[in-house]
Amino acid sequence: MAKKNVDKDVEQDAPAAARPVFEYAPAPESPAAAGDIATSYGHFINGEFADSSGSEALKTVNPATEQVLAEFAQGTEEDVDRAVAAARKAFADWSALPGSERAKYLFRIARIIQERSRELAVLESIDNGKPIKETRDFDLPMVAAHFFYYAGWADKLEFAGFGRRTTDGHSGPNPRPVGVAAQVIPWNFPLMMLAWKIAPALATGNTVVLKPAETTPLTALRFAEICRQAGLPKGVVNIVTGDGRTGAALTAHPDVNKVAFTGSTAVGRAIAKQVAGSRKKVSLELGGKAANIVFDDAPIDQAVEGIVNGIFFNQGHVCCAGSRLLVQESVQDEVLDALKRRMATLRIGDPLDKNTDIGAINSAAQLARITELAAAGEAEGAERWAPACELPTAGYWFRPTLFTGVSQAHRIAQEEVFGPVLSVLTFRTPEEAVAKANNTPFGLSAGVWTEKGSRILWMADRLKAGVVWANTFNKFDPTSPFGGYKESGYGREGGRHGLEAYLDV
Amino acid sequence: MSELSTRLDVFKTYKLFVGGKFPRSESGRVYEVTDAKGQWLANAPLGTRKDTRDAVLAARAAVKGWSGTTAYNRGQVLYRVAEMLQGRREQFAAEVAAAEGLGGKKAAALVDQAIDRWVWYAGWTDKVAQIAGAANPVAGPFFNLSVPEPTGVVGIVAPQTGYGHSLLGLVSVLAPVIATGNTAVVAVAAGAPLPALSLGEVLATSDVPGGVVNILSGRTADLAPTLASHQDVNALDLTGAIAAEGPDSAASLEAAAADTLKRVLRPALDPAAQDWTNAPGTERLLSFLETKTVWHPMGQ
Repeated sequence: MAKKNVDKDVEQDAPAAARPVFEYAPAPESPAAAGDIATSYGHFINGEFADSSGSEALKTVNPATEQVLAEFAQGTEEDVDRAVAAARKAFADWSALPGSERAKYLFRIARIIQERSRELAVLESIDNGKPIKETRDFDLPMVAAHFFYYAGWADKLEFAGFGRRTTDGHSGPNPRPVGVAAQVIPWNFPLMMLAWKIAPALATGNTVVLKPAETTPLTALRFAEICRQAGLPKGVVNIVTGDGRTGAALTAHPDVNKVAFTGSTAVGRAIAKQVAGSRKKVSLELGGKAANIVFDDAPIDQAVEGIVNGIFFNQGHVCCAGSRLLVQESVQDEVLDALKRRMATLRIGDPLDKNTDIGAINSAAQLARITELAAAGEAEGAERWAPACELPTAGYWFRPTLFTGVSQAHRIAQEEVFGPVLSVLTFRTPEEAVAKANNTPFGLSAGVWTEKGSRILWMADRLKAGVVWANTFNKFDPTSPFGGYKESGYGREGGRHGLEAYLDV
Repeated sequence: MSELSTRLDVFKTYKLFVGGKFPRSESGRVYEVTDAKGQWLANAPLGTRKDTRDAVLAARAAVKGWSGTTAYNRGQVLYRVAEMLQGRREQFAAEVAAAEGLGGKKAAALVDQAIDRWVWYAGWTDKVAQIAGAANPVAGPFFNLSVPEPTGVVGIVAPQTGYGHSLLGLVSVLAPVIATGNTAVVAVAAGAPLPALSLGEVLATSDVPGGVVNILSGRTADLAPTLASHQDVNALDLTGAIAAEGPDSAASLEAAAADTLKRVLRPALDPAAQDWTNAPGTERLLSFLETKTVWHPMGQ
C-alpha cells in the first residue's frame, strides 16, 4: 500500500492546510423552545407532581454556562416508598389490561414525543450540555422509535419466543410481567435511557419508578407531562429525583421486583451486592472501554470518521465509546495524520449552536475526573495531543484529546474516561488485535474496520463484546439488542431480547 | 322546521382506488349496492379485467419503493392508517351497519376492532424478521443468516362473508400483506364493497404511497381469475374465493395460479362461518414472505 510521507512531529497543532477556510456563522437554536422551566420541581408520583417529604433540594445547572436551571427534590426513603406504593397499586390494573390497550398508550406516548421533539431536544441540550445537533437528530428520534417499537410488542408477547402461550389467544397476563420495576438511569442520554427502561417495562405490563440522574432531571420530569397527555393511568410511571442516595433507597426497596440500572461499573457492582439473596430480577448496563480496530486495508477516510464518531460523539460520555483505537502498525502514521486533521475541524462550544460538534462536559465532577485521568496518561508516559481551539470562559469544557504511545497497562487504556479522550495502541496481526481488544475487564462494544468480510466475522466471533460494529460505529436501533459481556453488565436492552428483562419467563 | 327547508344530503360517488388515484371503472359501468334488506345504498364501479390489469401495473410499480422503506417507516405509515380510520369511525360504522345488516353498536365495535387490527399490524412491521429470521449455527466457519423478504405483488380476494367481513375482514387480509412490504390488489366483497372503497380514501390520506394498495369492486368472477392468472402477480390470497364450481372457485383459481407458481393462501373450509373478530395469528404475515439465507466465510 502506498503511504504518504507524514510529519513525524506529533506535538504540533493541526497542519495549517486543514484549518477551516471559512468561519461558520452562529446558528443558535432558541433556548425558549425548551418551554417553561419551573424554578423548582417535586417528584411525579401516582400521576401527580408531589413535594418531597424532606426539605433537601438539589440544583441542576446548564453545564455550558454554569447557570442554575432549576431546583429539584432530593428524594427521601419516604418519597421512594410512596412512589413504589403507587406503582404497586397501579400494577394490578395495568398488568391486567389487554396487551392491545397497553400498546395504544405506548403508541400515544411515541406520537406525543414526536410532536414535542423540538422542545425536548432543546431542553435536553440545555440540561445535559450535548449539542442540539445530536439531541435533535439522534436522541429524540431514537426515543420516539423506542416507544413505537415496544408499543408493538405489548400485544404480541406470546410470539416473542419465551415458550409460553396464552389460553384465550390474546396476549394477556402470560408471559407474566415481573411487577414493580426500579429504574436508575445515567446523565449521558437522559431521555433515551428513560425510553430504553420505561418502554419495554410498560409494554410487558410492569409499572415503574424511575430515578433520573442528579445532573439531568429535567427531561424526565417533562416526560411525566407527556404521560399525563397520553392519559396513562396513575401510578404506572413514577419519577423520583435525587442523587445516589435516592437511587440506593429505590433499588433496595423490598417491594421492588426488578432493578434496572445503567451507569458506572462501581455502582452496578454495589447494586448486584445489594440485591444478592433477594428475588429481584436485575439488568445492568455498565461501563466500557471499547476497542476500535483499524486494519491496513480499511477505507481510511471512513475509518477516521468512525473513530471520531466513536470517541467524540456526545463528548465521549458514551458507555460504548470507542475509547481505544487499535490501529495496524503499517497504517498508523496515515491514520493518525488523517485523524488529527479531522479533529482540528471539530467545533467545540455552545451546545445550542447547530454547528457545534462537541458540547459541554456534563458536570464539574466529570470534568475533574477526565482531567485527572488525562494527567495520569501524561504521567505514565503517553504522548498527549489536542487541536488548538478556543474554549468558552464559563461552563465545563474539555478539548478532544488523543494519546499515542499508550501501553496496555496505562490507566487510560484500562479505565473508562467517559470523556473525549482517545488512547491509541497498535497491533500487527489479527490475533494480536483480538488479544489487546479483549484485555480489559469490560466487554460492551467493539469496532472493526477492514474491507475483508471474512475477517470482520472472524474478529466478531472472537471479540468479547456485546455489540460489534463493522465499518461503522455507535449505531443504535430499537430492534437491536444492546448490552455487555464481563464487567460491562448483564441483560440486554432493545430488540426482542429486551423484553426478557421485564418478563417472568 | 318545514319540509321545504330540509337539507338534501350530498351522495358520494364511490370509485375504485388504483395507483393512489380514484378512477371510475374503465368500463364506465356501475352496479347497484343494497343493504341487507335490499334497499339501494349506492352504485359501485363495476371493475373489469382491464381495471385489474391496471391495478397490477400500479402495484408492481410500487413494490420497489414500499419494500425498500425501513420496517420502522412502514410501521409509522400503518399506524397513521389507524389514526385516520379513528377519525372517520362514525362513517365506517354506518357503512358497515348497512353492508352487513348490523345494529349501530355492533357495527361500531367492528370498526374499533378494524382500527386496533391496523395498530396490531403496524407493530409487526419491525418484528416479523425477529420471529421469522434466524442466525443458523452451520457446522463450519461461516456466518449464516436467514431473513424474510416480501414476495412482491399479492392479489387478494377479500372475504365475501363471515361476521365483520366488509371492513374488519378486509383489514385482516390486507394489513398483513402490506406490513411485510408487499403491495396489494384487492378484489373486495362484491356484495358489500362500500366500506372497502371508503377505506381507499383513508389510505390515500395516510402516507401510504400510491399503488401499494389497489382496491377494486366488481364481479369476483371477473376480477379474481385475472389476478390468479396474471404473470406479474407473485402471490394470491384466496380468502374470499368460493368453494363451489365456477371461475372464481378456490380450486380453479389455485390451478390458474399454478402456471406462474404463485404462493397461494387457501380459504377457510367454511368461509361463511368465519368470525373476523377472532384474534389473528401470524399465518397471514408469514404467508407472503420469501426467506433469504446469506452465507459468508469467517477467517483472518
